[in-house]
Amino acid sequence: MIEVKDLTKRYAGRTAVAGISFAVNRGEIVGLLGPNGAGKSTTMRILSTFMPATSGTVRVAGFDVFHDSVEVRRRIGFMPENNPLYLEMRVREYLKFRARLKGLGWTRSRQRVDIVMEQCGLTDVHRRIIGQLSKGYRQRVGLADALVHEPELIILDEPTIGLDPNQIRSVRQLIKSLAGKHTVLISTHILPEAEMMCSRMLIMFEGKILAADTPENLQSLMAGSSQVIAEIAAPVDELRNAWLDMPEVEQFDVSAAEGAFQRCALTPRDGHDLRPQIFELARARGWPLRELTRSRHSLEDIYVQVTKQNEEEEGA
Amino acid sequence: MNIYLTLARRELAALFLSVTGYIIIAAVTLLIGLGFVVLLTNLGSDPSPVPVTEMFYGTYFFWLIVLVAGPVITMRLFALEKSAGTYETLMTTPVSDLEVVASKFTAALIFYLIMWLPLLACLFVVGHFTNQPGAMDPGTVVGTYLGIFLVGALFLSLGCFASALSRTQMTAAIISFVLGMSLFALGFLAERIPVTAQWQTSVVSYFGLFGQMRDFARGVVDTRAVIFYTSLTLVFLFLTLRVVESRRWK
Repeated sequence: MIEVKDLTKRYAGRTAVAGISFAVNRGEIVGLLGPNGAGKSTTMRILSTFMPATSGTVRVAGFDVFHDSVEVRRRIGFMPENNPLYLEMRVREYLKFRARLKGLGWTRSRQRVDIVMEQCGLTDVHRRIIGQLSKGYRQRVGLADALVHEPELIILDEPTIGLDPNQIRSVRQLIKSLAGKHTVLISTHILPEAEMMCSRMLIMFEGKILAADTPENLQSLMAGSSQVIAEIAAPVDELRNAWLDMPEVEQFDVSAAEGAFQRCALTPRDGHDLRPQIFELARARGWPLRELTRSRHSLEDIYVQVTKQNEEEEGA
Repeated sequence: MNIYLTLARRELAALFLSVTGYIIIAAVTLLIGLGFVVLLTNLGSDPSPVPVTEMFYGTYFFWLIVLVAGPVITMRLFALEKSAGTYETLMTTPVSDLEVVASKFTAALIFYLIMWLPLLACLFVVGHFTNQPGAMDPGTVVGTYLGIFLVGALFLSLGCFASALSRTQMTAAIISFVLGMSLFALGFLAERIPVTAQWQTSVVSYFGLFGQMRDFARGVVDTRAVIFYTSLTLVFLFLTLRVVESRRWK
């Protein structure tokens, strides 16, 4: 559906996107992850034909975004960052206007507007002026607009930014429901969000793609360095010795928690999952165990990890 | 064509859905009314030898309206879309740049013509209640409105161009006001400088906005003036189109 080859975008004196290549297949939901300023929005603007690339080629559904710009635009639904809308229009009026712009006929646009309003939960507010709607509703109007002409590819730039948790949940569910029928490219800087929605993630950092894989694989890539936290009520010395005796523990740190409990932070060797062993240990010794967790990685950890790996590869 | 009409309808609706639209109409109605007052004080009891429309034009409220309303109507066209970000949603739908420019210009022109309707009421009052039966003379009324249309189209195309260049409405208004003022100043120059053999003076003489408009207000349609306004309007619309397209080569 999308083929990007050596895409570069330079603004005066600054490289926003530095020669990235990736492909997205039909029906996939792909997340573009990265911190602010990583080049996500720039990539999406080029994909949506709004901006030309400095060099490289981008094809959407087989059409070049520069040479066959109109053909590409017919096939995409794009929701830009901050979801700009005509605030003085009413919801239904806006969606109908957009449907007409995207080439839908009179009756067809009416049908489609009704369908997407139902799909996005806008039926109750169809007469309201967009400027008076809450942020969550506006976001849904933006989504409905992206969907209204049944595009093959939907590009959403930060669709859940600035929403409250309930609204985020409903937007996520909506996006998930698009899988299979549409190809979706979403940008976000929230890792769990991408994990929940996407079948594949592209991690961008400083204009480059650092990693492209399924959320599971990226997680397991990271598991190698994920710490295990265990709170056990036991004498400090015995605990320390127990960790020293355990060959899979690379590093540990024991600190006092409230009561008789000690908080141990353990770093495993070679991605080993320490949790069953710790449980066994506590059971065998009869130590009360009240917490046993493996810390999950934040996006920052992944950047750090992936950049470190890249540097090592380059050094080797 | 469908897309053009859809876009033009939205642009026109946006002008009428905003407070600015009504403020412009109110201000212009006030200015036309002031012109009307001046006109009435100048009227004698006998039928005047000069057409009433030309007398209205002679009050110079005409140029004030054109110079101020032009920038105010057009400043939002592109600049507001850019600052609000809707330019991105608009330009990523399958619309052509030409459709966008043409529809925005059309909407501004229609709004501008609606804005001038109160003048008809003034002429009607003069024709009906004073001893000036010639006030509603079809020839002079049509000529005046043709002039209003042509001059307006030119000043609105300047405004479109300025708005396409700017990111904020304020800069758009300032640029188009400066462009309009320059054109106006050239008009003055054309009145003052006698045409000599030098080519410069003959070029300047084309910009005789005042003489041309006075002819229209008399009901005299000079094809040279029609061609002058139409071609200059097209030039600025073409420049606007190039600015809109320039997004692709930047």
